[in-house]
Amino acid sequence: MRAVVLAMVLAALGVLDAPAFAQEFNLVIRNHKFEPEEIRVPAGKRVSIYVSNEDATPEEFDSTALKVEKIIPGKSKGLVRIGPLDPGRYEFMGEFHADTAKGVVVAE
Amino acid sequence: MLGALVIVFREVLEAGLIIGIVMAASRGAPGRGAWIAAGVLAGVVGAGIIALFAGAIADAFEGSGQELLNATVLGAAVLMLMWHNAWMARHGRELAAEMSAVGAAVTAGQRPMTALAVVVGLAVLREGSEVVLFLYGIVATGTSASALLLGGALGVAAGVAFTALTYYGLISIPARHIFTVTTVLIALLAAGMAAQAVQFLDAAGVIHVLGQRLWDSSAWLPQDGVIGRLLHTLVGYTDRPTELQLAAYLGTLAAMAALTWTVGRAPSPVRERTAVR
Repeated sequence: MRAVVLAMVLAALGVLDAPAFAQEFNLVIRNHKFEPEEIRVPAGKRVSIYVSNEDATPEEFDSTALKVEKIIPGKSKGLVRIGPLDPGRYEFMGEFHADTAKGVVVAE
Repeated sequence: MLGALVIVFREVLEAGLIIGIVMAASRGAPGRGAWIAAGVLAGVVGAGIIALFAGAIADAFEGSGQELLNATVLGAAVLMLMWHNAWMARHGRELAAEMSAVGAAVTAGQRPMTALAVVVGLAVLREGSEVVLFLYGIVATGTSASALLLGGALGVAAGVAFTALTYYGLISIPARHIFTVTTVLIALLAAGMAAQAVQFLDAAGVIHVLGQRLWDSSAWLPQDGVIGRLLHTLVGYTDRPTELQLAAYLGTLAAMAALTWTVGRAPSPVRERTAVR
């Protein structure tokens, strides 16, 4: 019984601790394009992407694959949390300028 | 122009489907036009305010303000839809009986119109704030703004037309069955919203459990395709759901069913009087 409780507590701590190890990545929106257009992230981990919108206009970081919809106002930064991801390619776009703002997250 | 039309239409459509269902569900309620108009108006004003403070909202709560706001709005809508269905479980049968007996002209007494007006307001607020920000971006850049704004206006018109289509499609259902249909639609709508809400909480970093993806049906029925989008709004279809999303979806349906069953079984003074069954 005691071992079970201990295991549960450790599991809970593990769950709570996980975000502390989340890796951080940076992405810039400039002239309605993402820089870089490809980000390589570790599979199976939670990852934080800081998106800095240097344009004057708002943009929406949108990806059904990554399950993210986040508006980033002009001249500001937004934090996008993703994962844990299976290995693979996950496309994202800037919904307000979908013809130019495109990118992909590669989980490996 | 086409890009603006598509984006605006998409957002108006999502709110419009919800408004169409709410209007069908409130068929025959006195003054419901005013309630729904008030909901839309409040939603539009709210969308403008949210767009205006988008920067401050995004920065709030260590960068999670937007996700928390979305989760709160969706959660509130889920509660309102539950309230509506619980109320209908108690009074729906008498309503349907009255309506098929004397037509929809009978004023069906007090209805939970506040709940439905709030749902309409929240739907317009969520989708509308995106439209406002998008159109602001167009105006700010200044390039061929008139053509893009025309596209936006056409998008709104197309969205409104689709709302009307949803509504007239639903009210063509015989009066005996319409409330059963709208109750089921509202339950599924609420379940889908709950699944979206927990995903926003996950994105906000509030919830860290059950984040594993259950399946990927994006190859067969992509969520960003036309049918996928409609199903996403209507029944909460998600092509890559997480365990948490499925749990929230099923949990909401179960809670809704349990509430409907409990409230529907409780003795209702109206039912005793009209001696249904």
